[in-house]
Amino acid sequence: MSERTIAVWQGKVRIRVLSKGSGPALVFFHGPWGLTWDPFLDELARTFTVYAPEHPGTTPDTPDDVYHLDGLWDLVLCYDELLKGLGLESAALLGHSFGGMVASEVAAAYPDRARRLALIAPLGFWRDSERVVNWMMLEPARMRAQIFRDPEGEAARRMFGGTDDSEAPAARVRLMWAMGTTGKFIWPIPDKGLKKRVHRITAPTLIVWGKEDRLVPPVYADEFAQRIPSARVQIVDGAGHAPHLEQPAAVARMVADFLKS
Amino acid sequence: MKISAFHLMPHRELPDDFEQRYESVWVTPPWWELADARRVGQYYNWTLDELIYAARAGFDGLCTNEHHQNAYGFMPSPNLMGGVLARATNGMNVAIVQMGATLPTSNPPIRVAEEYAMLDCISGGRLVAGLPLGSPMDVNLCYGITPMEHRERYREAFALTLKAWQAREIFPWNGRYYQLANVNLWPRPIQQPHPPVWVPGSGSITTFDFAVDNDVCYCFLSYSGAKSATTMMQSYWDVVAKKGREPNPYRAGFLQLVAVAESDARAEEKYARHVEYFYHKCLHVPGIWFSPPGNQDYRSLVASSKNPVRRPENPKDLRYRDFVEKGYVIAGSPATVRDRIKQEVIKNLHVGNLMVLLQIGSMPHEVALENIDCFAREVLPDLRPIWEDEGWVNHWWPERLRASTAAPRGASVAAAGA
Repeated sequence: MSERTIAVWQGKVRIRVLSKGSGPALVFFHGPWGLTWDPFLDELARTFTVYAPEHPGTTPDTPDDVYHLDGLWDLVLCYDELLKGLGLESAALLGHSFGGMVASEVAAAYPDRARRLALIAPLGFWRDSERVVNWMMLEPARMRAQIFRDPEGEAARRMFGGTDDSEAPAARVRLMWAMGTTGKFIWPIPDKGLKKRVHRITAPTLIVWGKEDRLVPPVYADEFAQRIPSARVQIVDGAGHAPHLEQPAAVARMVADFLKS
Repeated sequence: MKISAFHLMPHRELPDDFEQRYESVWVTPPWWELADARRVGQYYNWTLDELIYAARAGFDGLCTNEHHQNAYGFMPSPNLMGGVLARATNGMNVAIVQMGATLPTSNPPIRVAEEYAMLDCISGGRLVAGLPLGSPMDVNLCYGITPMEHRERYREAFALTLKAWQAREIFPWNGRYYQLANVNLWPRPIQQPHPPVWVPGSGSITTFDFAVDNDVCYCFLSYSGAKSATTMMQSYWDVVAKKGREPNPYRAGFLQLVAVAESDARAEEKYARHVEYFYHKCLHVPGIWFSPPGNQDYRSLVASSKNPVRRPENPKDLRYRDFVEKGYVIAGSPATVRDRIKQEVIKNLHVGNLMVLLQIGSMPHEVALENIDCFAREVLPDLRPIWEDEGWVNHWWPERLRASTAAPRGASVAAAGA
């Protein structure tokens, strides 16, 4: 795996990009809990050149860079500059949760940048009757239980570390800041107008949802499928809000098969 | 010393099993199950009566504050209360201490500047302008302000407020969060260049810097007493020293819960259940809500992760005697209360502007009046001269009230019945 840091937004926002693999370009936008390189990305790197940028403010030693962005429009423009910085005219775009919303926004703003689009439990819409749970207001143990089908499983440990607190302060700071910097763009309700823009997406789109998602209920897959004409939905058994971590092999296969075709 | 009576305007009759049955006293307490508008009207009137009684009893200031969707304090607009208090205390040497209207939840925030100017005009220049950041529960959870923008919005609104009070010309404000093309405040405050400003905080290190840089009075509104605030207030005074300001005790305010009666035993008999009600029910809030991600800036987040301000002990495990022993509440005979406030709070924290909470939790109206009266008679006169011999000027108090002492003592009880 290699890494490089690209400065965008007149040099004020520094974004570290982890990358690995060879083949067509795939850009992965991580969720609200920060970027961790995991077996799912490793699996994708067998087929693609995977680029995984860190959300502004979550790259080490750049916490305050996020203050240069006022809102979602600024963020989308930043990612446009980042793709330019990576030398990518277009790429397969993939995102999880908050990152799924970002990928959708980029694909709606710049339809030609998205060759194909895969969204894993993306945010972006809201139903009063099926509310997205605000994970930022949950005690750590409850947040885990809300995100993962198995809160004690390998996937949960990978995202949040073990239950013993030996590394707690640093890990807690990292997690809180990742949630804070992503939360800046979605508080208090993660519906920031994607419904007005989503029709602009032209890329063939795959929607992946964990069957037991207790954070963003799987009914939201319908919201995306209804609005993106080319979209098809795949529900993953044995997974909650992070199906790519709870069922990495299966989800990597379905995502890779879709994105390479 | 300046000593003010603080009021939260709590629900006084929450059910015994409140904290078992409900998630929180704040943000989510169900109104229809817990409250009745007519009864709440009575609470508001009791609150106003208790504060006016305190003014007549000789307190230097009356404090109200802002909370939302909160059963322990439901004055969503402290300025409505302040308007009543300003009018009712005209002719008395008492400050109207708004602790206060919250800038980030007021849109545009010059609404606060306008209302404070009104209060200063109505009161004849007796306003203390508290400009709180507002709690995460109020600002982020109830009023939907993005946690990461909370402090930035506050700072912009703070600068706008100060400018709006003082500018001689109409000016445009082209801010990041607020844009106003013609700022021209009507009315302006009587106090020049502007009313004294207090900034309440809860121990965040960036607020220390902000308070000292802006030369305001930093107030720690604590429910945990002076013992647990010692380290934190010392860091505030370190910042004051580091930035080359004089250690004037009037740069600091502190809120202390106080319950006073004829004897220590009598105080326990009279107040124990109200103190326990306060700590067990009124502070029943999920801990995580106090710090939503992004609300603390990165520097404060790192600092607090190494040295958490919040105490590990759970107040729900404590009883009256623990609260007294640990100094959460200073309770007992007048002698006990006098000594403890003097040593633990005033001297230990180096505080010149003391706020005392005397109506605590479920405390009924009559008992609250007795607590106020006993404090005013037996405790307050002994505290007031502290710091006098050091010659500090309270720049953070309305100028016309700086030299004043108590209202004439005889007035209090007789007038209270009116």
